[in-house]
Amino acid sequence: MNESESGPLTRAGEGSLERRSFLARGLLGAAALALPGALSGCVIAAAGRPKLDFHDDFGVLNYAYALETLESKFYERVIASPPSDLKAGELQVLTDIGAHEIQHRRFFKRALGILRVEIPQINLSSIDFTSRATVLAAAKSFEDTGVGAYNGVGRRVKLAEFLSIAGKIVSVEARHAAAIRDLIDPMTRSFAGNDVVDARGFDLALSPGDVLERVQPFFKTPFRVAGI
Amino acid sequence: MKSENLMDALDTELAQSMLSRRAAILRGAAASSAVIAGLSMASVPVGLAALATDAHAQGGLPSGIVDILNFALTLEFLEAEFYTKGVESPSLLSGGAREVADQIRIHEVAHVAFLQSALGSKAVTKPTFDFSGGKGRNNGPFGDAFTNPQTFWTLAQAFEDTGVRAYKGQAPNLMGNNDVLQAALQIHSVEARHAAQVRRMRQQKGWITGDSRGDMPPATQAIYEGDDNRFQFILAQSDNANSWTEAFDEPLTKAQVLAIVAPFLT
Repeated sequence: MNESESGPLTRAGEGSLERRSFLARGLLGAAALALPGALSGCVIAAAGRPKLDFHDDFGVLNYAYALETLESKFYERVIASPPSDLKAGELQVLTDIGAHEIQHRRFFKRALGILRVEIPQINLSSIDFTSRATVLAAAKSFEDTGVGAYNGVGRRVKLAEFLSIAGKIVSVEARHAAAIRDLIDPMTRSFAGNDVVDARGFDLALSPGDVLERVQPFFKTPFRVAGI
Repeated sequence: MKSENLMDALDTELAQSMLSRRAAILRGAAASSAVIAGLSMASVPVGLAALATDAHAQGGLPSGIVDILNFALTLEFLEAEFYTKGVESPSLLSGGAREVADQIRIHEVAHVAFLQSALGSKAVTKPTFDFSGGKGRNNGPFGDAFTNPQTFWTLAQAFEDTGVRAYKGQAPNLMGNNDVLQAALQIHSVEARHAAQVRRMRQQKGWITGDSRGDMPPATQAIYEGDDNRFQFILAQSDNANSWTEAFDEPLTKAQVLAIVAPFLT
């Protein structure tokens, strides 16, 4: 799996771009993130204890990595063996979305490097993958949760470059959410329904605690969390 | 696997750099103190209610934030009036299309109201729009926007895809004010939902591939410029997988956005 995970995704320093610029960015990140007390948590996490520590940006990035892993593993299962009652064109939408989630997962995995936390194993056994209705319902839930998660965690991000990345990803998650909702309820108000957009025209913003509670059933062991 | 090992070596190098940087920060190195100061400022909470009702009365919002929110307000004015006119135009929209347009209208009107409330007396007034794209001469290429559904949805896609990139471009500039930032993020993803739905109604994918405008007219190319970026943080993608550029929406600067909407302003 590592082979395909790395694939053509390279550190910029190895490719056409200057290695120096990569190092400069790395140091910039380090300078902003290595606040007193924060780094020791990262090292413990890197040693293999599954802990999301929201005191620093690495906790936020690992949180995003966990969510993207869940989403991508879900779509990989769907695409490997799609429900037989999918309608025309729906598999292509799910395939596209799955490919995006895999890119997000790979991005966070490679960006984090050894600062990546081992997340609990995924458990998708509660989802009936033979049924279009349950697959789309699960996809809708994952995408809406993803949107709310990024919107809610943005305020915790300390480095502008990471906030920028989160912004680039969250709108793609929102595009997914709208598309899935349009598959379920075509040409209605559901794509941005009143169940997710409030009277101010604001989308979901979920705290990490709320998000982890929502997704915990899809992980085999509990997350260890600090800083929320 | 070899490349994996190389990566681990680089990661270790990065971690070691961090350790030494941390020591430098603890010594109060000048280069880091500005960052620390910035972070401290970013952690000061400002209630949304205060933002909406008191902040402007106390002269509270920094001028940089006011400028960004007025920029957003201008775009929301444009969208709100566009969908309001669309929904009010007889025989333009019916059935599901009308439902979708009306739901978007409700959100854009709500965004205008929120931004006006947050800005108070500092809010800009609504500009006069020329939805033909004729800079006020009403003779632009989109003259049938409110009689031809195809033109209407073409413009809708243009405005929504622009809106997503516009908010995205300003998010890092809002980092000093968490509540404004979160509000902007929550509006930003609603614009992305709109964009995806409008694109799907036009038989397009809900996401943007590379910098392709798809079936949109050449005049809209600036909306998609730079969305083919393959460089994210410290990672570059060297293959041509569409999924890499689709997976990351790119920001636009304020200047780029203003150039895009200029034909619709008088």
